[in-house]
Amino acid sequence: MCLQLTYVVKSGLVGFPLHQLNTKILPTLSATIPTPFPLVFSAPIVSFLSFIFSSPLSLPSSPPIFSPFPSSLPIRKKMATAFSPSKFAAQPFPLNTTSQNNPLTIPTIASPFLGSTRKLIRLCSSSNLNLRRRSGTVVAVSDVVKENKSKSTPNLLITKEEGLELYEDMVLGRAFEDMCAQMYYRGKMFGFVHLYNGQEAVSTGFIKLLKQQDSVVSTYRDHVHALSKGVSARAVMSELFGKTTGCCRGQGGSMHMFSREHNVLGGFAFIGEGIPVATGAAFTSKYKREVLKEVDCDHVTLAFFGDGTCNNGQFFECLNMAALWKLPIVFVVENNLWAIGMSHLRATSDPQIYKKGPAFGMPGVHVDGMDVLKVREVAKEAIGRARRGEGPTLVECETYRFRGHSLADPDELRDPAEKAHYAARDPITALKKYLTENNLTSEADLKAIDKKIDEVVEEAVEFADESPVPPRSQLLENVFADPKGFGIGPDGRYRCEDPKFTEGTAQV
Amino acid sequence: MLAIARQRMLGQSFKKILPAVSVLRSYSSAAKQITVREALNSALDEEMLADPKVFLMGEEVGEYQGAYKITKGLLEKYGPERVLDTPITEAGFTGIGVGAAYYGLKPVVEFMTFNFSMQAIDHIINSAAKSNYMSAGQISVPIVFRGPNGAAAGVGAQHSQCYAAWYASCPGLKVLSPYNSEDARGLLKAAIRDPDPVVFLENELLYGESFPVSDEVLDSSFCLPIGKAKIEREGKDATITAFSKMVGYALKAAEMLEKDGICAEVINLRSIRPLDRATINASVRKTNRLITVEEGFPQHGVGAEICASVVEESFSYLDAPVERIAGADVPMPYAANLERMAVPQVEDIVRAAKRACYRSVPLAATA
Repeated sequence: MCLQLTYVVKSGLVGFPLHQLNTKILPTLSATIPTPFPLVFSAPIVSFLSFIFSSPLSLPSSPPIFSPFPSSLPIRKKMATAFSPSKFAAQPFPLNTTSQNNPLTIPTIASPFLGSTRKLIRLCSSSNLNLRRRSGTVVAVSDVVKENKSKSTPNLLITKEEGLELYEDMVLGRAFEDMCAQMYYRGKMFGFVHLYNGQEAVSTGFIKLLKQQDSVVSTYRDHVHALSKGVSARAVMSELFGKTTGCCRGQGGSMHMFSREHNVLGGFAFIGEGIPVATGAAFTSKYKREVLKEVDCDHVTLAFFGDGTCNNGQFFECLNMAALWKLPIVFVVENNLWAIGMSHLRATSDPQIYKKGPAFGMPGVHVDGMDVLKVREVAKEAIGRARRGEGPTLVECETYRFRGHSLADPDELRDPAEKAHYAARDPITALKKYLTENNLTSEADLKAIDKKIDEVVEEAVEFADESPVPPRSQLLENVFADPKGFGIGPDGRYRCEDPKFTEGTAQV
Repeated sequence: MLAIARQRMLGQSFKKILPAVSVLRSYSSAAKQITVREALNSALDEEMLADPKVFLMGEEVGEYQGAYKITKGLLEKYGPERVLDTPITEAGFTGIGVGAAYYGLKPVVEFMTFNFSMQAIDHIINSAAKSNYMSAGQISVPIVFRGPNGAAAGVGAQHSQCYAAWYASCPGLKVLSPYNSEDARGLLKAAIRDPDPVVFLENELLYGESFPVSDEVLDSSFCLPIGKAKIEREGKDATITAFSKMVGYALKAAEMLEKDGICAEVINLRSIRPLDRATINASVRKTNRLITVEEGFPQHGVGAEICASVVEESFSYLDAPVERIAGADVPMPYAANLERMAVPQVEDIVRAAKRACYRSVPLAATA
């Protein structure tokens, strides 16, 4: 049974590298996946098990060096709290006991960082560069920290500076969003405001690896993406207040954060709308390198979007074209399990989004989005892949938003136990623990950062408060880059003023 | 006798329009004749040669040489990196074009017909048209969306809608609609050079028609201003505004009206957004009567906007109510005779002009 499981699990994990591999496995894949694993289990258990057992991924070319069982413990915990049991056919309790008996069936090749020692399989051979897939399982950070406490950790994943940078960025995101909520309830902010509390690990983990010229495309939940990319807190806060000193002069708003300087390309209200735009930005990067011959142009684009978007047609269209044209893009799914009030499982036929990557010929990776270090490792691989020109990657980050969908959402549909479970896995607390326990920094340093960020956010609010609202004349500005509509000729003058051009005459 | 012969010709299907048009247009002698298709092709070719950032994208634009052969020869000349055959993913590739335009490339996105642009209209409006405003000028989108628009011959309801009114109502877009080869060349070149999103509405039935062009038009730096209409024929009794194929009909109608003593001024709008209100109003102030002609649906159409503009600015100059001629308020039928009835014909324009001049008109509609 175990062998069959692993075979099926392996076959379910088809991704890149090799199309040959895909085609070999695909026929069995099609037989097994749609009606989940009928070869292995009887029907009622099947749907639930497929969720568990496909979750830990292994690289197709590596031997089955782990069993799927260890992952089932935390997943079961998550599952039980996340959904009422009635939604699922069965819960395979027997398997959980096995997991407790053999937690370390995976030989630990990887360096022991937060939580993923056993789960993350680092491929030693760097010869086949395509096999850069990570198996990040959903592991409770607190569990793993307890286990790792006694181990000595000779090689850490981050240096002190990096750790502090990550911490500061996440705290900035959190403090900023909390301040947004306060300001909204005081009436200073209005309209639609979507907060990012709880998901900071994804934004920080990915965006802090980018250069200034790399671009980020996001959804309406974009404040923290803009902040991580480098837009100043005062500019974002002013924009939210609708003042003229905002990053878009108050014309965009919460959902439309643009910054040419930091290459933040928005801020789109329609879900799925940013994905083709991100693909286009990646296309530009490739075009610049190949057609315009700017040989060192290796700009990468990140597209952030949610679980609900993964059912949208544009998502699939872009997965296809990005893989077809091997564009330097990373599709980052922030799977927070809820699309306003629609649970991801109620809306999706196959809830495992990372599996949609291999269907289009790109790796699909699942990672614990509440752990910034895991996200960062995956991000390094995916961004590196894109920079080298190997094509796109689909990364599914399993994360959670602590607040409702927006500040107008009463958030009644989510189970409080589920919220509590994820609150316990707060990425900021986790990183704090990691930094202090590995003696990278002291509590005092972190407290100093907290204080500094508080001041930054307060100052941003003051700045926004004192900024002027846009003047009347600004209403009609910026509709066109070329307002007169006549076009500017090469000499800088409007073309219609040049008498050479045909203008209102009746003769040819 | 000639009138009867012409009426018979006009009573036939659309495809027979071509000989009629060339008969009417043969008054210019020395100029070279090129088809609208050649005009568009040469415009694309020259712009791609001049600026390496210009690239084409669309279904069948490459190896198939263009669904209507507009992009013929461009794949061989510029290679597959600049002439991209896309999968059938309007929303996807339009969005990709917009994303590329955000970064300063100049995509020319072709829709096989503008009916298919409805699958991508979110990107045309929300991420292209509105971006310059939403980002307060940081991000401009120098993209061109082009393709055939309006009714063709016998293609049914889903392939025959005119989208001029829909796109022209949206701030942030420029909407152009050429009539003859000169328009096609000049406006397409202007559109490609323009730093804003431009919707370029061509007409499938005009692709094959030849028009005379001067040497100036054939020059590679030729460009027409966006936002200026052209007075195709001067007159003093009534103003007829039209765009795209209807300009040809309006000119024919003007010829017929000439015989009845009505000297009509025909304005080729060229640019639906920004609308050249100045030219239209100046013309109405001269002639005091207005007939607007368009192929699209009547409600909230281009004619409605022109009518409102004239009423607002030149009300006291109007001697008669504005006559609006538009397509029938039905989805385009398939049967040939019904289709003829659903699209404005030359007789409709003539009758409307006569109504505007308070002449009595025959009651029967053409069959």
